[in-house]
Amino acid sequence: MKHLRSIEELGVEGIVRILSLSEHMAQVNQRPVPKVPALIGRTVVSLFFEDSTRTRISFETAAKRLSADTMTFSVSTSSVNKGESLRDTIETVSAMGVAAFVVRHKTSGIPWQLSQWTDACIINAGDGWHQHPTQALLDTYTVMSTLGRTPSATCLAGLRIAIVGDVRHSRVARSNVQAFTALGAQVVLVAPRTLLPPGVEDWPVEISSSLDEVIGDVDVLYMLRMQRERMNEALVPHLGEYSQRFGLDERRATLLRDTALVMHPGPMNRGVEMVVDPATLPGNVITRQVANGVSVRMAVLFDVLGGSEATTGVQT
Amino acid sequence: MKNLEGSSPSTQRVSVLGQADVNRAITRIAHEIIERNRGLEGVVIIGLQRGGVWLADRLVAAINHIEGESAHPLVTGYLDVSLFRDDISLRPVTPLSVTDIPIDLDGSKVVLVDDVLFTGRTVRAALDALNQYGRPASVQLAVMIDRGHRELPIRPDYVGKNLPTGRDEDVHVTSEAVTLERRVTQ
Repeated sequence: MKHLRSIEELGVEGIVRILSLSEHMAQVNQRPVPKVPALIGRTVVSLFFEDSTRTRISFETAAKRLSADTMTFSVSTSSVNKGESLRDTIETVSAMGVAAFVVRHKTSGIPWQLSQWTDACIINAGDGWHQHPTQALLDTYTVMSTLGRTPSATCLAGLRIAIVGDVRHSRVARSNVQAFTALGAQVVLVAPRTLLPPGVEDWPVEISSSLDEVIGDVDVLYMLRMQRERMNEALVPHLGEYSQRFGLDERRATLLRDTALVMHPGPMNRGVEMVVDPATLPGNVITRQVANGVSVRMAVLFDVLGGSEATTGVQT
Repeated sequence: MKNLEGSSPSTQRVSVLGQADVNRAITRIAHEIIERNRGLEGVVIIGLQRGGVWLADRLVAAINHIEGESAHPLVTGYLDVSLFRDDISLRPVTPLSVTDIPIDLDGSKVVLVDDVLFTGRTVRAALDALNQYGRPASVQLAVMIDRGHRELPIRPDYVGKNLPTGRDEDVHVTSEAVTLERRVTQ
């Protein structure tokens, strides 16, 4: 695999391969010294044009555990502020000998654009509303491993997964729908009509506008973050009203099956989509998602870079 | 040596060791390990994934049969070295096996076990990987087949059989038999 830009591009076979590798990396992370020399001499650059804490740190931890060198490019202190174009930036950094870029950008499709400008591998860490493939992979891994299943093309078969909230603005929802359904799960989107994207009728999902009707018979409840920073238009009348209809509060939590997993990609808006303290829920796996993120990103980095020639010198 | 039936026209298979030979080699190596280490105190048997695992299990069974299980319970572990290899960029690596080393190796006498010793690069990777589990007092190497062609200064301490081979030949080792497969150019 040369790039990881979307779940669709990865395909079912690729998803299963990453899940198997992730199991191995999870085991590396439990060793007394959770570090292996697999990617020694490779340089991984994080290019984050949008805010992030967990994804960036998770990728950097993953790269360091595989002994890759990591560099962070933070836009606020870079020449982008002097008006350097994205193309010049990527070509300049590539010329220093970079094996992979981990990219987050507010514009959909940027990872495809970048891969035309550099020979380095591109890993998409979120592009606009479009894709966040490593999040989908770590969520899939979390569901699979928590339920004691093993990686296969049907490892989520028979599961009913509700994705609740702002699907319209969510790259997480788009990636997760593709990954969950590819492995056999049945997905139901729960959101007000205004927060569903155009064309959702063609997605392989059910749609509901009532969380109360859905919550009792799901195996996984996946709460999305209410993206207030993307909310310029008045798509919901009032956050309080949204929270009443689509938030997970104490009453709704009692409707959940005992075995149902509760997930959230973070950062959580407490009091909006997450009213109840998730730590009190028996099926809460939110911190496990974060922990698994490191293993899954190690698997992705190894899959992308493991077979490639070491890039150590300056490219001419 | 005899030709085995069922070989495809482009390869020639030769039997090297039969079941009885494999059993005898394991029993002999078990005796040698006990003798060299003057008993079993501090001895840890570690099988390299994946070919060395069955051999490590058989050696442990053989050693316990000779010494009795009570005296010094023998510690057994497994090691997957794929992420420690120096040829990751040269060939596809799929690290999917389990590493399980149940104790701190400080001061122990480690016996690494593998089925075939070839270039020595797997053993080099294993030595690096072992560092992360402590500082053994010594590390020894037991293999069923030493087929030559070393690329590193590594030698085995216990050998089932020395088998001179060509680089174009493949050695297949199972718990039942050892065969040599030669690709015939037509």
